[in-house]
Amino acid sequence: MTKPSDMNASPERQYVDLFRQVRPMLARHSAPEMDALRDEAFSFFEAKGFPTLKDEAYRYTDLRLKFAIDYGMNLNRLEVKVDPYKAFRCDVPNLSTSLFFVVNDTFCARPEHLTALPSGVELMSLREAAAKHPSLLASRYGKLAGQSQDSLTAFNTAFVEDGVFLYVPDNVVVEKPIQLINVMSSTVDMMANRRILIIIGENAQAKLLVCDHADGEANYLSTQVAEIYVGRNSVFDYYELEETTANTTRVANTYLSQDASSNVLVNGVTLTNGTTRNHVNVMLEGENAEIMLGGIATVDRRQHVDNNTVIQHRVPRCTSHELFKYVLDDEATGAFAGKVRVNPGAQKTSSQQTNKNLCLTKQARMYAQPQLEIYADDVKCSHGATVGQLDENAVFYMRQRGLSKKEAMNLLMFAFVNEVVDFIRMDALKDRLHLLVEKRFRGELDRCGGCSKCKYE
Amino acid sequence: MKLLEINDLHASIDGKEILKGINLEINAGEVHAIMGPNGSGKSTLSAVLVGNPAYEVTRGTIRFNGKDVLAMSPEERSREGMFLSFQYPVEIPGVSMVNFMRAAVNEHRKHRGLPQLTASEFLKLMREKRAIVELDNKLANRSVNEGFSGGEKKRNEIFQMAMLEPTLSILDETDSGLDIDALRIVADGVNKLKTPETSVIVITHYQRLLDYIKPDIVHVLYKGRIVKTSGPELALELEEKGYDWIKKELGE
Amino acid sequence: MQINDNKNEYVKKVAASDYKYGFTTDIETEIIPKGLNEDVIRLISAKKGEPDWLLDFRLKAYRHWTTLTMPRWAHLDIPDIDFQDISYYANPLKKDGPKSMDEVDPELIKTFNKLGIPLEEQMALSGMAVDAVMDSVSVKTTFKESLMEKGIIFCSISEAVREHPDLVRRYLGSVVSPTDNFFAALNSAVFTDGSFVYIPKGVRCPMELSTYFRINAAGTGQFERTLIVADDDSYVSYLEGCTAPMRDSNQLHAAIVEIYVHDRAEVKYSTVQNWYPGDKEGKGGIYNFVTKRGLCKGVSSKLSWTQVETGSAITWKYPSCVLAGNNSQAEFYSVAVTNNFQQADTGTKMIHLGSNTRSTIISKGISAGRSQNSYRGLVRVAEKAENVRNYSQCDSLLLGDKCGAHTFPYMDIHNDTAVVEHEATTSKISEEQIFYCNQRGIATEEAIGLIVNGYAREVLNKLPMEFAVEAQKLLQVSLEGSVG
Repeated sequence: MTKPSDMNASPERQYVDLFRQVRPMLARHSAPEMDALRDEAFSFFEAKGFPTLKDEAYRYTDLRLKFAIDYGMNLNRLEVKVDPYKAFRCDVPNLSTSLFFVVNDTFCARPEHLTALPSGVELMSLREAAAKHPSLLASRYGKLAGQSQDSLTAFNTAFVEDGVFLYVPDNVVVEKPIQLINVMSSTVDMMANRRILIIIGENAQAKLLVCDHADGEANYLSTQVAEIYVGRNSVFDYYELEETTANTTRVANTYLSQDASSNVLVNGVTLTNGTTRNHVNVMLEGENAEIMLGGIATVDRRQHVDNNTVIQHRVPRCTSHELFKYVLDDEATGAFAGKVRVNPGAQKTSSQQTNKNLCLTKQARMYAQPQLEIYADDVKCSHGATVGQLDENAVFYMRQRGLSKKEAMNLLMFAFVNEVVDFIRMDALKDRLHLLVEKRFRGELDRCGGCSKCKYE
Repeated sequence: MKLLEINDLHASIDGKEILKGINLEINAGEVHAIMGPNGSGKSTLSAVLVGNPAYEVTRGTIRFNGKDVLAMSPEERSREGMFLSFQYPVEIPGVSMVNFMRAAVNEHRKHRGLPQLTASEFLKLMREKRAIVELDNKLANRSVNEGFSGGEKKRNEIFQMAMLEPTLSILDETDSGLDIDALRIVADGVNKLKTPETSVIVITHYQRLLDYIKPDIVHVLYKGRIVKTSGPELALELEEKGYDWIKKELGE
Repeated sequence: MQINDNKNEYVKKVAASDYKYGFTTDIETEIIPKGLNEDVIRLISAKKGEPDWLLDFRLKAYRHWTTLTMPRWAHLDIPDIDFQDISYYANPLKKDGPKSMDEVDPELIKTFNKLGIPLEEQMALSGMAVDAVMDSVSVKTTFKESLMEKGIIFCSISEAVREHPDLVRRYLGSVVSPTDNFFAALNSAVFTDGSFVYIPKGVRCPMELSTYFRINAAGTGQFERTLIVADDDSYVSYLEGCTAPMRDSNQLHAAIVEIYVHDRAEVKYSTVQNWYPGDKEGKGGIYNFVTKRGLCKGVSSKLSWTQVETGSAITWKYPSCVLAGNNSQAEFYSVAVTNNFQQADTGTKMIHLGSNTRSTIISKGISAGRSQNSYRGLVRVAEKAENVRNYSQCDSLLLGDKCGAHTFPYMDIHNDTAVVEHEATTSKISEEQIFYCNQRGIATEEAIGLIVNGYAREVLNKLPMEFAVEAQKLLQVSLEGSVG
């Protein structure tokens, strides 16, 4: 393992120095298609630095302190010692998923799971993909993320060595949901820079569930950049479920491009975490494309969840629905910023965004920032945001029927959150989440100290 | 035996006194009607009995089966057997009737030292009780009161009453907004549930519900006090003459 | 609100209207050389015969301003402004202050007549007290004497500095500090005149107080300053109107309005802003960079902002309320119309510091032509503010497919007893509604006027009657030519 050099006054310094030191190693341990973008991304990061609270998109989450920690990075590609299939058992029951792991930043697969995929479907590490499909990688890798002016995406592009590649060819339907488990596992403080590239062809269908877990007491920081291309008439579900630890920082930037008549569902659930900053950027590039973007955060203690979303209607006749719900307890902080941008000429756009938040204590904080930027006139766009408490009349009504105050509040909180859960198009996951959310509110779902300990079924 | 004893009850909301010394006793098995003009405090009385936190009791006592009601939380009062049919039943989006009622029934059973119902036992119970108020199965599968018509909401209240088997039921303007058929169904439901041990308080502005649910005693509530108590004939008299004569009797 | 009855006349007006306030007045004006430095500030202060404390106030603000850069966060494309290419003082020449209307320069009176606010007539008919600010200097305040009987002070801020120095010194900068932001600092350094209002304890101001602002001289900026103090249990309704001549070059307007509301007092502040918006190609027009803020300092105090914004090339303006007193209430009602190449980034801030405070925000944006119209608003609930309620509704109406309508609300909630709701919709003007009007014989242009007025009604209803009629006409005029 290579450690970043000593911390200097600016949190960027150690990474800038590290990059120069390990530049050749980064090239050796990745693929030429990935390496080709590295220097430009690094220059961008070096010039811009980590985002500060003065950056509009990061005004609610200060990540500089998180990056200042002296993490290890597995740049030498030391082999993962544990077999995740043995050590972690956090699969959602009855999901019968094809199960794969990313331990820190290393992709792990068992052959039997790979062969179970329909023929033509490719699931492998990015380095393997570069060897097998160099032109696909060259034409798609970094192309969506590269459009962003985000310095953390640039940071990821500069340091990433490997990641996950999923390819579903035209006219292929993957019936079984695919599950990918990100595990942060280390005895020392650890940073992982992960990358996901997903290409769904035309008339294809797939469902992917990505779970984030962290093991033990170490400080973790993960950056993840996902690029997702969904072709014409295809249907794709992308679920993210985070159950990590108070010492875990997650920075996940997801870039999604949708072609005509595609239908995509993105749903992100934060059940337990430390600091989370998710950015989802949806580009609707073909007419009649439809996106359903949802999110849940149930946070307490000093947890912090910031969902920053952008939906770009670039062509006419697309539809977007967005629904985010937060329940904030103790001293937790929630932030939601949702921008819907309708480009000139994107007529007949229909867009609806809702953000609802419950603050349960005085110390909880919520920042909501729904935004509409509209440059076409024949559109139907709306957004609504609320911050409030549970309906007192409903609580009283339920108490009059004999429910305790706590039980009445719990029922109302499930109902509040389940509106988002119900969007999920995977019944097993939906049932599982109903249960997890309920346990979460009852306080029965303790901090996930690592998946091997997850025995709450 | 005395089921409910209210003694010199004063209550206020937002600092404004609404109830100004209520005295009322109800024996097991009795049906009492409380009538009065708008704004006299009828709904406040029902709200205070079941412990609505919006109201503050400033003086007086309430005893139910000899126990101090004011010391109990709203849910304890419910489990002790006090049921309010709300004038405006609350809509609770996202909470299904089934989950809601199962939680409520099991809390009541726990309170009585009875075992929890299994899912099938519970659904069977739901089916039985639904029939009493002719409540559609579809309604039972929806969120609590959400998308219910006015009549359906009131039937749903009586259905819940059937499920929880209270010893004291308070019907707060249950007749308001009901057409004659719905009124009959609701009233029949209440009568079917009536036993010699259970009591009912019917709060109403009009006589017509009392054609179906026969009161033993009729009270007139006016300006926060019970100003007249009599037999069922009082209700008819009020229907005929309105409330003005009572005001005159009081020297107003 | 009733749409103008005489429809034919209305249509004619609309058809003929470009910018009807676009004349200049030929008045001898004293203009100091362009540029800004400490000497200029000393010169302005000296010309106005100001006390030392005020010069210090200006210099401090100026020194702070030099450390700032122009804010760029708004959704506006603001060309670079050369602050050294502006004259910071333009004074319509006169020997001494006029003692009666007879002494006012007849040209000036003509100007106001053209503006539709003949002072004499106003005095006689509408019972309105008018303070007209021409370029930077307050010209004449009507009705002063009758207001004085009730102890109400309504005069130019220069006069207030001379006559009521303690009051001005106590409140000036108490709501908008001289270091608040770039334009506030600039204004604090160079403001030349404006209005001062003081309503004593327990007094209800018997008439609407009104100020008309006009930029006349070329190459000048206007930096007026309004200070309103409502003492305990008082009430005042204040109106502000703005116009400017048509010029090819852009002119800068950077004003400050400060309102201080004591216990149980109520202030209503209404604006009809119709600065020159530039021509159809986007040439010329006023840059309107204004800081308006009210402090509901007292318990149960109340502040209401109503604005109809149709003018200016660029508007950067967020009339805000700090709800410090418990049980205080604030409202913001806004209609903002942009057409051609106009840009507006406007909205409000509701800062809830006290408990049981309430605020309402109703914003109606209308975009046409190639304009960009943004709502930007902040609702903040401080940790100690219990039982806060806010409701915000921001609607945008689009006329044409080249314009933009944007909504940027911010909610910062630090207390769990708050209930804060925000709703926003964006839609285009309904073709069915226009067709329905057409079928009943109403031309499209007029139909749009009807529909837009209906859309904005909730806000227009908040305006005093005299302004409401003018505002309705303005909406129609501003949107002229917006349908292709």
